[in-house]
Amino acid sequence: MKKLELLRAAVSAAACLLVAAGTVCAAEKVVVEGSTTVLPIAQKTAEVFMGNNGDIDISVRGGGSGVGIASLLDGSCDIADSSRAMKDTEYEKAAAKKKDPKSYVVAMDGIAIVVNNSNNITALAKKQVKDIYTGAISDWSAVGGPAGKIVVVSRDSSSGTYEAFGELVLKGEKVRPDALMQASNQAIASIVAKTPGGIGYVGLGYITDSVKALEIDGVMPNKETVLSGKYPVSRPLFMYTNGSAKGAVKKYIDFVTGPEGQRIVDEEGFVALE
Amino acid sequence: MARIKEKAYEWIFTALAFSSLIFLVGIIIVLFKEGFPIFKAVKAGDFLFGRSWYPTYEPPEFGIFPLVLASFWVTLGALFVCVPLGVGSALYLHEMASFRQRSVLKPMVEILASIPSVVYGFFGMMIVAPVLQDLLHIPTGLCAFSASLVLGIMATPTVCSIAEDALSYVPKSFREASFAVGANRWQTLTKVVIPAAGSGISTAIILGMSRAVGETMTVLMVAGGAAVIPKSIFDPVRPMTSAIAAEMGEAPMGSMHYHSLFAIALILFLITFAFNIAAELISRRFRIKLGHSG
Repeated sequence: MKKLELLRAAVSAAACLLVAAGTVCAAEKVVVEGSTTVLPIAQKTAEVFMGNNGDIDISVRGGGSGVGIASLLDGSCDIADSSRAMKDTEYEKAAAKKKDPKSYVVAMDGIAIVVNNSNNITALAKKQVKDIYTGAISDWSAVGGPAGKIVVVSRDSSSGTYEAFGELVLKGEKVRPDALMQASNQAIASIVAKTPGGIGYVGLGYITDSVKALEIDGVMPNKETVLSGKYPVSRPLFMYTNGSAKGAVKKYIDFVTGPEGQRIVDEEGFVALE
Repeated sequence: MARIKEKAYEWIFTALAFSSLIFLVGIIIVLFKEGFPIFKAVKAGDFLFGRSWYPTYEPPEFGIFPLVLASFWVTLGALFVCVPLGVGSALYLHEMASFRQRSVLKPMVEILASIPSVVYGFFGMMIVAPVLQDLLHIPTGLCAFSASLVLGIMATPTVCSIAEDALSYVPKSFREASFAVGANRWQTLTKVVIPAAGSGISTAIILGMSRAVGETMTVLMVAGGAAVIPKSIFDPVRPMTSAIAAEMGEAPMGSMHYHSLFAIALILFLITFAFNIAAELISRRFRIKLGHSG
């Protein structure tokens, strides 16, 4: 009796597998590749999207913005994630290959510069932040604060936030080697909160009462100033498609830019559009 | 039937016994295979003694000297904590503690050994570092000194329990002979018992070192993570283990950064391997010595 039941279970399991395989084979495939900064948005939205649309199969890969755009122009991916606008050289390549990339802004990315609450400094110029992080300035007195060593806190060199900060503020220069490298936004916030001479940078979602966000070039970091592009340490995040999006690709991009996708953008620590 | 069953069990247990060998060989092969490609891009000398660790820049720099030095400093600092504490408490437990004290203290030491390292790290980050920062007026408490302190406490139970074992291996006749020629308790301890257990105690210290140099979570949380050659023990440092743990997750597979992290792991493995062999050699010598004279 037991054996018969087991057999029945096995047969029905096999049948299920067959059906499942059938739907996967029939599914439309969308390949998303590119920026590691956009990766969490792409992964999470793809998961939820596939949950709602069983007939579309989305595979998401990182690799970096440049890799994603190159793949898009080669035709090996359908959507290229990018944390920067396409360069002129990339547009030239696209023209040579008779491709017409279209950009969709999917989120805004803003990074706040934070200091300890006991620090009397409330604003810095972007140039001063750069000098602090590259090592040209090491004492708070050089930027109008009380004399004391600046404890520079940074994200680990492989994080997306680090990369964004490097592009937007450091312009490709190296972070001073004696900076404390931390694995998460949370770790940076808690170190700065405990260190009177500390300075760090975190995603907008990590600003709390325990640290003080600084005005940069006279602009406070918040959702409005990041959305309008006034805050200098912010940037749009893109998805590029070949020609205007259509079919499954359009459906996915509409989902990402729609209310549910933007809620995910917000959850992942980026600034949702509107 | 019974014979076949017996043979089958024999095979199963042989396979189980050899499985750890297979894992070890597998790990060594992977470390070499994934670590070696970095030496095609960077000379071994530049890798080991290069002073800048900027693996994600263009062009990248793969100098692990600051990381090696950081591991060295932190381990050395930990020794200053765990040797006096560990050996001292082993001596007390073995020589002076009453039966009741022993029955409380010994399990306490063992519990200390079973606390997960992330808990030590958390303790170091939230309590030790801020307290040291205020007490010593240093810019940040996340530095080599705090890491050494926490690692030293972590390694103490290892040192203590192995050193205590070594002391208990000293034959009773040694002690009796010493008392018989008129030596007092202190003389017996310093002139007879400690020298007799010396190599066992050395083994304890080496294994404690091995524990400290390979510890990851604690140093990741407490050492600060700056890949700079430390000028003082109050500078933040980035030991090899924390560099691997922090960067491996986001290093693209097959990139030079990925291979360089494997190469660091390889070097770390060779260091702990050397420690373990040294410990084994010393403890072997110790067994023979006691065997002959005991």
